[in-house]
Amino acid sequence: MAALTTPRNRELFYLAVVGILTAVGFASVYIARRSLVSWDSLGYAVFFFALYVAAHLVARRAVPNADPYLLPMAGLLTAVGVTEIYRLGPSDAFKQGLWIVIGVVLFAIALLGLRRDYRVLEQYKYLFGVGAIVLLFLPRLPVIGETVNGARLWVHAGPLQLQPGEFAKVALIVFLAAYLREKREVLAQGRPKDVGPLLVIWGGCMLVLVETNDLGSGLLYFGIFLAMLYIATARLSFVLVGIALFLAGGVVAYEKIAHVHERVTIWIHPWTAHKVFCPQTGGLALRQDCESYQLVRSLYSIASGGFGGSGLGKGTFLIPGKPPVQLIPYVNTDFIYSALAQELGLIGAAALLLVFMLFVARGMKVALQADDGFSKLLAAGLTFGFALQTFIIVGGVLRIIPLTGITLPFVSYGGSSIVANFLLLAGLLLVSHRANSS
Amino acid sequence: MNKQISRISLFALLLLAALIVATTYWQAWAAPGLAARQDNAIERVAQFEIKRGRIYASDGKTVLATNVRRKSAGQTLYFRHYPTNGFASQVIGYSTQGRSRAGLERSENAYLTASNANLGTIWERLSDRLRGATVTGNDLVLNLKVGAERLAESALKGNCGAAVVLNPKTGAVYVMASSPTYNPNLIESDKGFASILKAPSACPGSSSALLDRATQGLYTPGSTFKTVTAAAALDDHVFGPDSSFYDPGYCTEYGQRISNALNPDQTAESYGNVNFLEAYEHSINAVFCNIGKTLGAKRILDKAKQFGFYSKPPIELPSNEVAPSGLYNFAKHALYDDPKLVDPGRLAFGQEHLLVTPLQMALVAAAVANHGTIMVPRLVKEVRSHGGSVVTKTKPHVWKHAMTPRTAGILSTFMQAVVTGGTGTQAQIPGIKVAGKTGTAETGKPHVYTAWFIFFAPADNPQVAGAVVLENQLNGFGGAVAAPIAKQLMQAILPGASKH
Repeated sequence: MAALTTPRNRELFYLAVVGILTAVGFASVYIARRSLVSWDSLGYAVFFFALYVAAHLVARRAVPNADPYLLPMAGLLTAVGVTEIYRLGPSDAFKQGLWIVIGVVLFAIALLGLRRDYRVLEQYKYLFGVGAIVLLFLPRLPVIGETVNGARLWVHAGPLQLQPGEFAKVALIVFLAAYLREKREVLAQGRPKDVGPLLVIWGGCMLVLVETNDLGSGLLYFGIFLAMLYIATARLSFVLVGIALFLAGGVVAYEKIAHVHERVTIWIHPWTAHKVFCPQTGGLALRQDCESYQLVRSLYSIASGGFGGSGLGKGTFLIPGKPPVQLIPYVNTDFIYSALAQELGLIGAAALLLVFMLFVARGMKVALQADDGFSKLLAAGLTFGFALQTFIIVGGVLRIIPLTGITLPFVSYGGSSIVANFLLLAGLLLVSHRANSS
Repeated sequence: MNKQISRISLFALLLLAALIVATTYWQAWAAPGLAARQDNAIERVAQFEIKRGRIYASDGKTVLATNVRRKSAGQTLYFRHYPTNGFASQVIGYSTQGRSRAGLERSENAYLTASNANLGTIWERLSDRLRGATVTGNDLVLNLKVGAERLAESALKGNCGAAVVLNPKTGAVYVMASSPTYNPNLIESDKGFASILKAPSACPGSSSALLDRATQGLYTPGSTFKTVTAAAALDDHVFGPDSSFYDPGYCTEYGQRISNALNPDQTAESYGNVNFLEAYEHSINAVFCNIGKTLGAKRILDKAKQFGFYSKPPIELPSNEVAPSGLYNFAKHALYDDPKLVDPGRLAFGQEHLLVTPLQMALVAAAVANHGTIMVPRLVKEVRSHGGSVVTKTKPHVWKHAMTPRTAGILSTFMQAVVTGGTGTQAQIPGIKVAGKTGTAETGKPHVYTAWFIFFAPADNPQVAGAVVLENQLNGFGGAVAAPIAKQLMQAILPGASKH
């Protein structure tokens, strides 16, 4: 297999495997839902494969020595996501396809623009830092800001709906990598005056939490910060103090903010045997019929998958009636995992999570191989952010932690998420290429 | 920095591994519990993608439950339809989207949806799935006889009550009727359901038509319980068939007189010197009161337990749709069996706090008919695959040994005497020896009774045994109102019985 000796040839080979899997996935959705879907659906698979071959060609030119597994794994995750989104609603899959095109274009621009030396980003670290903060507070602005499902995370720009938090995550990681690389020796000494920035960032995360009503993003940003701080300073005490501060903030938020309180209550007691006050209607209802019905139905969806799942296209997401009712609202964004778990079963869901784990393992390997502090921090931060985001949303759906609306990287429906994750992938490939070239 | 990166990698991978563990928990451990929850909409919808098996009456032709196919949101769904618009409705039950299931539709759901563990069914379902064909459930063939069941339902119409007829030798249930009844096709719609709940009842203050009075209705057994008392006395040889008693017209309990039933001139009946058979034939309370006092409550209750009291008869209905018979604490609506809390005299003739189901009393008659042995009552005759082959055939099983064959033989002569010359003469069928026992239980309201008749026939080779009960009968005695219905039912089932 001489052809498979170079990283890019291997990447192309794995992409071909992903392409076949995508075709099989779309075909099975087609067969299961014959009445709704036409043969054109296979066009999605072809289009999809072509898009990834384009991304591969850019990588071949810009980062020939980069890790060959990351792009195919991202392709696989996107394919799984698009297939399931297509199964849930073909029109959403078309939009998702457009976003993937935009994602690949930005991915290509990032790779080509930064292929000589991405470390120029270090010079603009405060731009990224300020950018992250601005992005985070955009949804707070009047007119363009929008509240969805109790949390203020969206902005409107004409016909586009964006979740700036997704981009803030990448910007924050770039800023932290540059800032911590510079300050790591000073911080490591642990003098009180140097702890200042730590407190500032803690305060910032709490503000985000309070201002956007969003527990998940607060946890995500703060988790990324703590992980990168630990990597930079090797001081576990910072992490412990940070966790303590976060928990303290969380307790206060639980006491003071109704939305956070509700989320925690739902998490601990999703089912009630007696009727309780229902804030949505103002009357009395069983909690599983009111506040927690999304979580409870998502759990039913997962549980009904069993070991083998119902099969792609065979799951139940509509309750028949006039008109039919969606079983789980937001099923293709926050709850895509429960849809996949129902149709693919334990075997499929575990395989999907293993792909996430492999992606994390490869990303961390890139961080280990990198030569300089900025590259290491950047790769590790991006990878950890990817892992933690996956844990927060899937853990929320599985009732390990309180559920908060956040996307599953590469899989969920949502333009901002797809584009931001392509940028994350570009960052990892850039670092990997540099590490393997020297 | 690499040491820290390795540690953070490990932590990140552990977080994701925890997700696999949690997914395993929900999909493997917690799944059965979640699937059983009433609010689980997925399970409910998923069941409607299955073409449920049909339910047939004993002739194997009369369809009691079938499906109508409807397309909804791109899925083909099967909804239940009951072509008879009400035939043993409480027994068949219903299977709906909104209101879950009841009756055999619930308890036999595994067969009806082909999710039972029968090897042939598993194979059939697997091949259905692989071919993408609709999973089709197994058909049930019941023991219920079309003519007799319809007859029972029309005879009970306008009253509240129940009738149970079964084969004492096999336990096959031929008739299980409960009145008032309902049309199961109305259950699905909110309006229809409300109309069932609100339907004016023939017996004020009683529960709805959804209740299966045959298995859940709890009634004071009155004199029909004397059969159990007599079995206790005869089995323990405390009294023999020739024992003689003196009936002054009353019995003294705790210093108070309890009178016999009243004559038309409002004086208590008094029979003077009688033997055991005569006391049973004429249903003399005073004599049974004294028998009870001699036996003691414990002996009577122990005998009742041998007849199946204090346990739910193992019929195929859902467990919460079958009630045990026994002494009930009305305030707590709970069973008790402490003999010290019971007045044995009143217990002996079936009053006290004794409450029984019609099914249980049918089984008492069946025990006498079948030499003291009670068979497991069976509604389902056989289960067939949708291809027509038999999946399982129900075989007779013994449930209880209630009394010795000798005692059963004596009681059979007692019960025949009731029909030939006692309180149950209205159940006589020319050419057939009928055995029976009437019951007229006090309800607390003056002149309003619960009327009973338990029976079996032909006495020398019993083919049917049963119980008929009617609630809230103004001056209605068991022998006058319940026995004629029992007669009609026996005539409908027994071959060669004249219909007049």
